[in-house]
Parts: sequence; C-alpha cells; structure tokens
Amino acid sequence: MASSSQTIVIEAGRSERHYWRDLWKYRELFYLLAWRDILVRYKQTAIGIAWSVLRPLLTMAIFTFVFGKIAKLPSDGVPYPVLVFAAMLPWQFFSNTVTEGSGSLIQNANIISKVYFPRIIIPIGAVVVSAVDFLISLALLSLLMIWYQFVPDWRILLLPVFLFLAIIVSIGLILWLSALNVKYRDFRYVVPFLVQIGLYVSPVGFSSSIIPEQWRLLYSANPMVGVIDGFRWSILGGEGTLYWPGFALSVAIAMLLLASGIWYFRRTERSFADVI
Amino acid sequence: MSIVISAEGLGKQYILQHQTGSRYIALRDVVAEGFRKLVRSATTWAEAPTESKERFWALNDVSFKISAGERVGIIGRNGAGKSTLLKVLSRITDPTTGKVTLRGRVASLLEVGTGFHPELTGRENIFLNGAILGMGRSEILKKFDEIVAFAEVERFLDTPVKRFSSGMYVRLAFSVAAHLEVEILIVDEVLAVGDMQFQKKCIGRMEEIAGSGRSILFVSHNMATITSLCNRCILLESGKIAADGAPSEVILKYYSGGSASPAAFDLATSNRRIGDGFAQLLSGEIKDLEGRILHEPDIAQSFVISMRYRVAESMDVKAVPNFHVYRADGTCAFIVMAPNADSVSPGIYSASCIVPPRFLNDGGYFVGLALTSFTRFGHVVNFFEQSALSFNVRDPRESEAETYGYGGPIPGAVRPLLEWKIERLQ
Repeated sequence: MASSSQTIVIEAGRSERHYWRDLWKYRELFYLLAWRDILVRYKQTAIGIAWSVLRPLLTMAIFTFVFGKIAKLPSDGVPYPVLVFAAMLPWQFFSNTVTEGSGSLIQNANIISKVYFPRIIIPIGAVVVSAVDFLISLALLSLLMIWYQFVPDWRILLLPVFLFLAIIVSIGLILWLSALNVKYRDFRYVVPFLVQIGLYVSPVGFSSSIIPEQWRLLYSANPMVGVIDGFRWSILGGEGTLYWPGFALSVAIAMLLLASGIWYFRRTERSFADVI
Repeated sequence: MSIVISAEGLGKQYILQHQTGSRYIALRDVVAEGFRKLVRSATTWAEAPTESKERFWALNDVSFKISAGERVGIIGRNGAGKSTLLKVLSRITDPTTGKVTLRGRVASLLEVGTGFHPELTGRENIFLNGAILGMGRSEILKKFDEIVAFAEVERFLDTPVKRFSSGMYVRLAFSVAAHLEVEILIVDEVLAVGDMQFQKKCIGRMEEIAGSGRSILFVSHNMATITSLCNRCILLESGKIAADGAPSEVILKYYSGGSASPAAFDLATSNRRIGDGFAQLLSGEIKDLEGRILHEPDIAQSFVISMRYRVAESMDVKAVPNFHVYRADGTCAFIVMAPNADSVSPGIYSASCIVPPRFLNDGGYFVGLALTSFTRFGHVVNFFEQSALSFNVRDPRESEAETYGYGGPIPGAVRPLLEWKIERLQ
C-alpha cells in the first residue's frame, strides 16, 4: 500500500502537529460536506432554489421603502434599490454564513464524535454554501443594474478584494461563535440577535455617509462597515468615495478577528468530542 | 512482525460536574458562578470552596503494542474504557497523558453510517460516507461497484436513504466501511446490527481484511464474534488492562470477574445463601480424578465437576442435580442431569460427574450448578447458580498426526476423536 510509511503520533497536549497538512488532505471531505449542505438545503421545499432569489429581493424592497421612501435618507445620486442591493450582497453573505456557521458544529455533532478530521472544515463549509446564494444575488444585482441602466466603472474589478474581506470577517466570527456554541449553548440565542442588531448598526439600508464625521472612524470598528462601504464603492462607482482610515481600521479588525478566531478554535477543538 | 500501534501510558481524564445534569454548560451558569465567587472572595467569612468536580480516569496507564495482521478484540464491562480507548486511537479525543504511535492509515468505524444524510440518495451517501471515513473520490469511484454489490442495494441507488429499510441502510453503511483500504481498522460493535446472514458476510469480510496483513481493533460484547474473529484479546477493567492474551483465556477471566479460583468455591466462608427451603448449594469444584482442584484441564485429560449441597427437609420428590456447561462466548455446550435420582432424606450430599477426555474443544467454559426437584405435578428449581465455576480446556497441539501442525483456532464446542475410514476406491 502506497501510504504505509505514514506515521501518526498522538500525544497528550499536542495532537495535531500536521494540522495544516491534514487540512489539505481532507479537502475532499470539505467539498463534499459543503456540497451536501447545498444539496440538502432546499430539498423538500416547495419553491426550492427560488428562495435564494426571493429573500434578497424582498429585503431590498422593504429597505428601499422604509429607508428611501419613508425616512427619505440620501442615496448619493444612485437609485435607492441599487444602493441597498449593493450592500445587501455582502450583508446577506455575512449573515447567512454566521447563522449557518455558528450552529454547524452542533449540527454535525454525530460526525465529530465518531470520526477524526480537522474540525475547522465544518464552520468554513458554511462560507461555501453562502457563496452560492451570493452568486445568485450577484446575478440579481446585474439585472437590477441593467434595469436602471446603471453602468459601473473600473472599480468593479476590485470587488473580489472586498468579497475576500467579507470572507475573512465571516470566518473570523464563525470560528469564535461555533466553538463557543459547542461549550455554551446560549449562543444559539445570541447569534440571531447579533445578526439582527448587526443589520441595523451596519450601513445596509442606508449609506454610511450619513454618519457624522467625528464618529466615522469609531463606526468603522465594525468590520462589516468596511466591507459594505467597499462593495458600494466598487459597484456604484461615480462620485462615491471610500473613507480610507475607516476602511483600514475595518481591515485591521477583520484580521484580528480571523487570527483570534483560529487561535480560539484550535485551542478548544480538541475537546469538542468530549463536550458536544 | 512490525508494530503498527504502540500505546504508552495512555490516560484519559474526564471531569464530572455534579451540579449540572447536562454535558454542556450554559453561559448563564458560568456568569452566575463567577459572580458568586467574586462576592464570596470579597466577603471575609468564607474562602471560596472548591467545586464538587470529580475527576475520573476513563483510561489509566494503558500500554500495549499491536503488530501488523493482528486482530485484537477489546472487551470489558460498560464504562471500562473501551470506547474511550477507540476514540483516543482514532484521534477523536485527546489523551490526557501518554502517547500513541500509529503506523499506516487508520480508519475508525465507531458507528455504522456516520454522516449518512437521510435526504441524500444511496449513491450520494456512498461518496459522502467514504469521504468522512477518509477515502478519496477516485478511490470510491474505483470501489463503487464492489460497494454496491456487497450491500445488495443496486435497485435503490437513487432513492433517498430515508426510504431505505433499516437493513438496507446498515448494509450500505457497512459495505462502504468494509472497502476501506487501510492498514489499521478500528471497529466498535457495528456487527450488532443487520440480519444473521449479513453479519456472517461482515465477519467474513473482516477476516479477509485481517488475512491481508492489516490489523483490526474490535470492540464487542458478543464473545462469539470475538472468539471467531480475533486472535488476541484485551480485557479492560476501570480504565486499565486487566488481561491481554488468547481470546478464550481473556474471556474466561472476564466472566469470572478476575476472581482467584473460579475452579472452586465454598459458600461456608461467605454469608451468601443459594437455594430455597428444601435445598441449598454449599460448594462446587472442578478437579482431576485424584481430587486436586484443576483450573486448566488438558484436552486429553478427564476431569470431574462436583458440588455439595444440603437437603433440609424430607420430601417425596426426586431431587436431581444438573450441570449447565457454557462456552466462554455464551453458547451452550451441554446440559447434563443425573439419571436415576430418587427421593432423599435430610443431609449433606455430594454430586459429581466425570467429563471424559477428548470430549470438549479447547477454550473457556462456565458451569452452572443446579438442583431440580421433580414431583408428580411438575418440577421446582431449588437452586441454579449460573457461571458458578469455570475452567479452561488446554490443547497443547503436540500431536502432529491430528492437526498437521495447524495452530489456528478450531471452532465448535466438542472435539471428539471419531473413527475415520479412508479407502481408496479406484
């Protein structure tokens, strides 16, 4: 047998010396688990994948109505639905990932307590599942922009950079939340609450330009502010400007979130099977 | 033989929390507890008492070495640490102390159908389950037809497994696992499912795996499976290795609870009372023809099973001593009853029978001692002490003429010397 030379040493205190190598080895399991979640997601639903279309459209309609029509917030000269949708894109990606990802370890408790694999692939799988919805929403946005005859400029090419930032923020948060959820089941209740509050403190329904100048830097401590501003900046183009100090702070906080998330996850994952 | 698993001083400690019933903690309790501690330390009247946490070693200083091709059964009572050991070896949980070195690919099968999703089809679940067990996509593709054929579910490949019968489900799940190409297979009690025919197939498959030089670690409560499948057995008792050796000997030790001499007992020294108002069991012995206590009779030696009992009343019944001999795996070898018994007067009696040589197969046996009274209206069991005695028939396999040098296990409860006739006909 080809792999018979492989030797694994399990020792108290430091099990995974080959953690990152193992992660690579288990990439097929990662794909398959994500594929399973996508496949299972809309099984036995009446309209299936149409939910992925309906949800962002409805949210966009409500936000446009509440913030644009009733509250009459400024839109910096862009059609309000497009303004909202450009922010909905990263926000829905983020909130889906966090909602799915934070409970993912509990949902997969049966696998975790029966088989070894790097546990980190489970919460990160939630990113892939949400990415499918993201792509659908992106297509919707393109249709919306064609409808409003809104042409983006060169900045759209930088969209992947901001998507990458959104991924970093999401992963950082779900590593914390999913690991905490294993130990403290309270987070089952905390997460929906966090996501709901996040929707209002992040500039999804409005442009962050309405935040008073002296508070903008502090406001950017919410890393999703940087992500959403970045998305708007690259999609809407035109006269929209990015508040660079704030963006830099968002990036720094996102990195901190990811690094600390990995640290906490790695520290606790070895006891997952004992407490889950 | 090369060593594929070597465990040194393995220990696993769990902390039991008595105040909370659930295995996980609510954040509320942590916050409340922290606050309480803070208040306590702020006030002078009490030092914070240590919490009522109980430390419990599920595994304690376990060391062993397993060579390539060995099939090792792990037995022990519930809570002896069997499952914890498998979990540590399959890297699901971390040991608290010690070290394990595994050489080769490991697959652990702690449950049939881990990760099966009810909404997915049989085909989809094969890939998913295979990946969970550590098989690559190309490897699964290569074995796909074999897996499907083994599971006998060809017609249902594209049906969601939630519509499978439980038998089909288990067959599919096991056959994925059975086709793993690994050097070390760790199996927990999975054969306890499925119908008899499929169980046989599974055992056959595992023998095949072991035959090809791979090692199997196998936890089971079914001693018949252990004896037929394994060539070595480890007995765990409260997290420690209590015995390690040939399956029949270790199983015997398991049943006898590790007591000093299960080949003889005397109730005179204990205050246990076995029996009813009519008769009580006093003692039991396995001995040779000279009357010496015998733990391990040779297969070619005759030996005596005997018991003493007291009859307290005079009654018009036929009091019949009977012995129940079971193999270590739990199957019945034989039951004998004394013939021509008659009514008895009060007193102490001894009953014994001689087991002829070349009768029982080698291995461990348990003897149940009983006295049954037969009346015109039916029968009454006066006492029946199951597994009261045990003995281990040894077969030194010295006679080349009989086994032609074959050293492997010979199944069966009896090993008679029969009269053979081999003739040349043409």
